[in-house]
Amino acid sequence: MIAAGFNRAQWGYAVLVVVGLAAPFYVYPVFAMNVLCLALFASAFNLLLGYSGLLSFGHAAFLGAGGYVTLEVIRAWRLPIELAIIVGTVVAVLLGIIFGALAIRRSGIYFAMITLGFAQVVYFLVLQMPWTGGEDGLQGVSRGKLLGIVNLQGNLAMYYFVYAVFLAGFWIIHRTIHSPFGHVLRAIRENEPRAISLGYDVDRYKLLAFVISAGLSGLAGSMKALVVQSANLSDVHWHRSGAVVLMTLLGGMGTTLGPSVGALIVAALENYLASYGSWIAVITGGVFIACVLAFRRGIVGEIRALVKRSF
Amino acid sequence: MPDDVILETRKLTKEFHGFVAVNSVDLRIRRGAIHALIGPNGAGKTTVFNLLTRFLPATSGSVIYRGEDITRLRPAAVARKGLVRSFQISAVFPKLTVLENVRVALQRKLGTSFHFWRTQRTLAVLDGRALELLAAFDLDDYAHAITVELPYGRKRALELATTLALEPELMLLDEPTAGMGREDVGRVVALIQRISAGRTILMVEHNLSVVADLSDTITVLARGSVLAEGSYSEVSRNSAVLEAYIGAEQ
Ligand SMILES: Nc1ncnc2c1ncn2[C@@H]1O[C@H](COP(=O)(O)OP(=O)(O)O)[C@@H](O)[C@H]1O
Ligand SMILES: [Mg+2]
Repeated sequence: MIAAGFNRAQWGYAVLVVVGLAAPFYVYPVFAMNVLCLALFASAFNLLLGYSGLLSFGHAAFLGAGGYVTLEVIRAWRLPIELAIIVGTVVAVLLGIIFGALAIRRSGIYFAMITLGFAQVVYFLVLQMPWTGGEDGLQGVSRGKLLGIVNLQGNLAMYYFVYAVFLAGFWIIHRTIHSPFGHVLRAIRENEPRAISLGYDVDRYKLLAFVISAGLSGLAGSMKALVVQSANLSDVHWHRSGAVVLMTLLGGMGTTLGPSVGALIVAALENYLASYGSWIAVITGGVFIACVLAFRRGIVGEIRALVKRSF
Repeated sequence: MPDDVILETRKLTKEFHGFVAVNSVDLRIRRGAIHALIGPNGAGKTTVFNLLTRFLPATSGSVIYRGEDITRLRPAAVARKGLVRSFQISAVFPKLTVLENVRVALQRKLGTSFHFWRTQRTLAVLDGRALELLAAFDLDDYAHAITVELPYGRKRALELATTLALEPELMLLDEPTAGMGREDVGRVVALIQRISAGRTILMVEHNLSVVADLSDTITVLARGSVLAEGSYSEVSRNSAVLEAYIGAEQ
């Protein structure tokens, strides 16, 4: 139908790649990097909510853990940045295994409450442990050099590094959704008892989805902390767990691009409304309510439905 | 347990908060038979199915399948042993295509179901077998339709095709003809007859003419207990059975 053997989705991605490459020349690179990190976070969250039907209310724990651990191993152990990112991500994976193993048997509100409870424990630990800097958080950690060569202190170089990591993370999520595993995950979401009766141990599938989601959230947290060269309590606060739900629903859960669009909108609102102080929460809340009422499937979900209807 | 018995229950009992839904039931299902479980509404038939497949834990008693006590297995593990159930309410994956419904059942045998790094195109090797199964149930024309759009009777047929994809040794069918028009019922009866070759079927069925057509043995359940057992002609002459049925209808 379209030239060069691309289908519509692939064209969509191609356009996004180009936009991503050009972005730092049009918007402030630190803002763009922040959006990318939040977009990866929301996309990882969506793997769980949109494709496994599990509503976690504790995802800030993974984001925060990734950030704190990455900065700390750079500061205390002088680990190179790429290793530090891996360590941060692995810690988030391990946390995901622990949280998941204990929460996954529950569903609905109970699952949400257990994940929230765990995240509160993590918040408390971050507040109390000596190395996390309490109320001040961790600050002033240098980004260092990628592979010992590319200096990442410059925002443009850092942007392209963050962008590459975002694309890799996004690709992992895409792959997961469209894998044999993703196929079973869809079946479980559609009809769990039936999936069990076909011989699938559904808890193990959900656990794997949870762990992948936790790991990628940790990766997003690592990158985010490196971008702003700091980690603080707001990264592990339950507000953050709530914000990722909001981004995902706003953009459209269960759509590939929705969470990224949601992250962009929320980040832009916070950025442009920064001078309004605590009114930001009220305004984003208002926008959220308006969007949910107007577009029940989220922005991307509505667009997709519209496109489907008109072709 | 003699070799020709594939499934046996011993004093199988289920209580819900003091209410005894299944009361000390002893069942013996012969290998290769079509065995019907009948009884008035609320007799405990679906609960028996839930106990056999471990969807509910038994309060007491045991389930022996192929000589092995499966009373404490996880439900998915029971299914993997070849004891597969269908559901009273049509159990399909509504937003998957018809082909994908069957493929999900076939997929487990590939052993790649946890492989999140592979493309789902690797599942295409199953399409041939999936289409074969769909064709056997006259569903091949619908292969790429979204399942939710199928007429009710076709959904039940798809459910049978999906169950059959696992090649179960013992199939439990909960009211396979419920809510169907006469034409669909005839089709399902023929299908069940066909798929019963080489396997054992235990089915709950309300339509007594279906039961008469298909089953070798009938067990009648009433208020959680076995009331009678035998061939259709034996059971239908049993006065206790007639009473339970007529009593329940009024
Ligand atoms: N999960 C449950 N909790 C409480 N009572 C139940 C439950 N499942 C079934 N029952 C009760 O057990 C009895 C038998 O139900 P069921 O096995 O569904 O009957 P049937 O399939 O023979 O119509 C009914 O009285 C029903 O209300
Ligand atoms: Mg029933």
